[in-house]
Amino acid sequence: MKTTFNASSRRRVLRGIMGGAAVSVGLPLLDCFLNSNGDALANGAALPPCFGTWFQGLGGAPGLWEPKVIGPGYEMGNQYRALSPFKQKINVFSGLKAHGRAPDHTIGQAVAFAGNYDGTIPQTIDTIIGDVIGTRTRFRSLEVACDGSAESYSRRGPNITNASEPSPLALYSRVFGAEFTDPNGAEFKPDPEVMVRRSALSAVSDQRAALLATLGTTDRARLDEYFTSLRETEKQLELQLQKPTPLEACAIPGKPEAESTGVIIDQARETQRLFASLIAHAMACGQTQVFNVNFGGGASRLRTAESAEVFHIYTHEEATDPKLGYQPTVNWFQEQTISALADFLAALEGVREGAGTLLDRSLVMYCTDHGYARYHTSDNIPMLTAGGAGGRIRTGLHIHAPGDSMTRVGLTVQQALGVPVNSWGKDANETSKTISEIIA
Amino acid sequence: MSVSSLSNHLIRGAVAAAAFWAVSAAAAEPDSSGGQALVRRLTPSQYAQSIKDIFGEGIKLGGRFEPDIRTNGLLAVGTGKVSVTAAGFEQYYTMARTIAEQVTDKDHRATLVTCKPAADKAPDDACARQFLGQVGRLLYRRPMTAAELDTEVVVAHDAAASLKDFHAGLRVGLTNLLVSPMFLFRQETAEADPARAGSYRLNRFAKAARLSFLLWDSTPDDELLRAAESGDLQSKKGLDRQVARLLSSPRLESGVRAFFTDMLGFDEFKTLSKDAVIYPKFTNVLIGQAQEQTLRTIVDLLVNERGDYRDIFTTRKTFLTPSLGILYAVPVVVDRPINTPELWVPVEYPAGDPRAGLLTHASFVALHSHPGRSSPTLRGKALREIFLCQKVPPPPGNVSFADVQDTANPVHRTVRARVTAHLVNPVCAGCHKITDPIGLALENFDSAGGYRMQENGVDIDTSGELSGIKFVGSTGLGQTIHDSPAVTSCFVNRMFSYATGQAPTPGQAQFLTFAEERFAAKKYRLPDFLKEIATSEAFYQVDGPTRVATRE
Repeated sequence: MKTTFNASSRRRVLRGIMGGAAVSVGLPLLDCFLNSNGDALANGAALPPCFGTWFQGLGGAPGLWEPKVIGPGYEMGNQYRALSPFKQKINVFSGLKAHGRAPDHTIGQAVAFAGNYDGTIPQTIDTIIGDVIGTRTRFRSLEVACDGSAESYSRRGPNITNASEPSPLALYSRVFGAEFTDPNGAEFKPDPEVMVRRSALSAVSDQRAALLATLGTTDRARLDEYFTSLRETEKQLELQLQKPTPLEACAIPGKPEAESTGVIIDQARETQRLFASLIAHAMACGQTQVFNVNFGGGASRLRTAESAEVFHIYTHEEATDPKLGYQPTVNWFQEQTISALADFLAALEGVREGAGTLLDRSLVMYCTDHGYARYHTSDNIPMLTAGGAGGRIRTGLHIHAPGDSMTRVGLTVQQALGVPVNSWGKDANETSKTISEIIA
Repeated sequence: MSVSSLSNHLIRGAVAAAAFWAVSAAAAEPDSSGGQALVRRLTPSQYAQSIKDIFGEGIKLGGRFEPDIRTNGLLAVGTGKVSVTAAGFEQYYTMARTIAEQVTDKDHRATLVTCKPAADKAPDDACARQFLGQVGRLLYRRPMTAAELDTEVVVAHDAAASLKDFHAGLRVGLTNLLVSPMFLFRQETAEADPARAGSYRLNRFAKAARLSFLLWDSTPDDELLRAAESGDLQSKKGLDRQVARLLSSPRLESGVRAFFTDMLGFDEFKTLSKDAVIYPKFTNVLIGQAQEQTLRTIVDLLVNERGDYRDIFTTRKTFLTPSLGILYAVPVVVDRPINTPELWVPVEYPAGDPRAGLLTHASFVALHSHPGRSSPTLRGKALREIFLCQKVPPPPGNVSFADVQDTANPVHRTVRARVTAHLVNPVCAGCHKITDPIGLALENFDSAGGYRMQENGVDIDTSGELSGIKFVGSTGLGQTIHDSPAVTSCFVNRMFSYATGQAPTPGQAQFLTFAEERFAAKKYRLPDFLKEIATSEAFYQVDGPTRVATRE
């Protein structure tokens, strides 16, 4: 049969490979081995950094979380005491603000993660950083939501949201199911079925140029995004055809025995623990370097099994206890959430890689949407970073920057992880001022 | 003006309009302009319905869809703005593989693969070409181009050769069709309109697809594609013939269900949670049944009975299961074997029963409530946004309403007493006076949709008000909505937006007025109205080509 492909068709190359069954498509990280310490590759390169966001809605209550000491040697505020075991690996940022329109449930997370909010939310920091650090892994990123929804704050653009995985069991199957290749497996033989699939899919991606040429600008961008996403799946298949780099810390987790997802806070915390373990294992096994955890969403729907009201309603309606000086139930929800964050950090800290841990080469960026949840304000919004990003970030500091935009943290983190950017954010949130204290 | 005199007034108006249209039946469609040829991502239900119609009922999808976004009140409008993310593509790919696996497996290939290969363990290009061409035409909603088909035949050939299995080759080829942007996105193409110099219309295949997705929520069938291929669909006669055929098909029900599922916001049921202690009857099964009750009621009234659209707000007829019967305190007794799904029973409430009309269904009152208590505000807001196409602004963020909502407050025992505080406080009143007085008429229904006469030991006062018209209870509210002219103009606007996938342009305003008049003239019968839309020029007319018609 006579076939015609254009000269640049990758498919032609791939068909050739398939015929010869030789697999040598050049990909980075091949044929490398870890050094004897397990904290770097044999060629001396350090294990790559990981980055992710961890979001909760309705997090702020002034006076309850801020450390009293500025700089090193701080103690966590009372509400954040669950994080105390990690304080040497955490930076606390107080006084930061989301500038712009009147406070609502979107502006805090939008400014922290995307640099601005003018009714639409631009590309978010996880995808910007992922494009720099996370392009060689099987999954560009993993998004999870802990309340049974698919809600996500990860965006490639205003209308392109990376939906969250609501189910730990489904995440397990995606990452560690039949298509997972153990990087430390003794034998590696490429699966002919995968070779066929890889080759076949290139016939779809080869349509890109011809199709895009027929579209107007907006639709072209949308379809281009489709082809970029297709490319990710192609890359997953390519990686399945490569002998993976051995990773000493990689252990294949057991499949979660059961899950119960939903808005009851105990369910959300257990779901988050399962997700945390899966994400930690996925990163240790080189499957991804980027993640996003959404714990309960903006106007949080979380509640207890005993009460009819959700966390969000409590922030509006609960009276301040005159003796305590705060809303006791709201404070309880906030403590629960911070404990969930501590569970997440513990999962990363629990993976030992040479002399350090997975947390040490990761950077977890925590934020919430309000400085004072009771009045849904946009001042003094709590932010944290945890982990040293593989020595790129100094930790154990409390930075107080009253009135500065939250974008300062995002800019600093992007620079530390290699994004070539000098300023970030828009309008009143635009900044070129990094937080130099935390740059290693 | 009292309710009855207002409704008399409106009825007189409707009768007059009907009489007017009877004498001037040939009133011509006004010229309109605007509208775009779009690239729209298939909705989950369009995807599922297409697979079902092409491959049959038994094929499982085995994946999950990316969330759609709601724009201008409709997910259908959002489909023209979304793309496919990496995780989303992964899911489409998983579904494609799962579907292709089933279609070509031993159980299905005899019926679904219409040719037999020369050998089971080797490529057979002729058979692959036949199968992929046939299926590809239905999936792409147009014949595949020669180059497209050639490519997939080679894909199938290579895979069959490598895996030494003809059907594995077909499976791989079919997987490609199922993840192709030609299938996942409806890509509309414009062409010059020969009847009107300088104007553009959808080309014949884009026209077939708009028609089919509007009326069936699915891909065009073989006959519709043949009408497009022959060019027949571009003639008035040919279009009329196809519209009549699609409207008389039982598949119209899928189209009507899809529209109302979108318009009524049923996607929000996915995250609906009720307090299990207060509402033990409100289970996941009941959530499904609540939606089904409403859709059944609508389909029966509007499609089977060819009733008046406005009657969905007043109809005393509905369908219930024993579980819904318990929720609404209506005895529904039906024998069924153990471990079989609950059966649906037609029910007609007596005159004056407060459970009449769609607004009293759990799918409305429970969806628009808090987890543990009813909300006149959320219900009033939903009613204005869904049925009157009005936008209610969100509350300011920095509000503390601890006192207003305290259910243990000894002074404010009922929701009415509590929300009255909204109307006294001038900051709140601006918005709450447009929502609460409507929603208060539905206070006989608690947060889960259960019927109640009292709240905390006090009789519930269900008097309400909409745009100056006062009424009592759910029946009064239903009748007032039924009689409101905004309800039908909103419906016309929503249906046209849904059909075209975009908000109407100013150049289409005259057409919408015309369509409203036609709707009235047809006594607000939905199938007649759909026919008006589907045979109109405005439905297929588009601005100059954003897509260059280099091919179809």
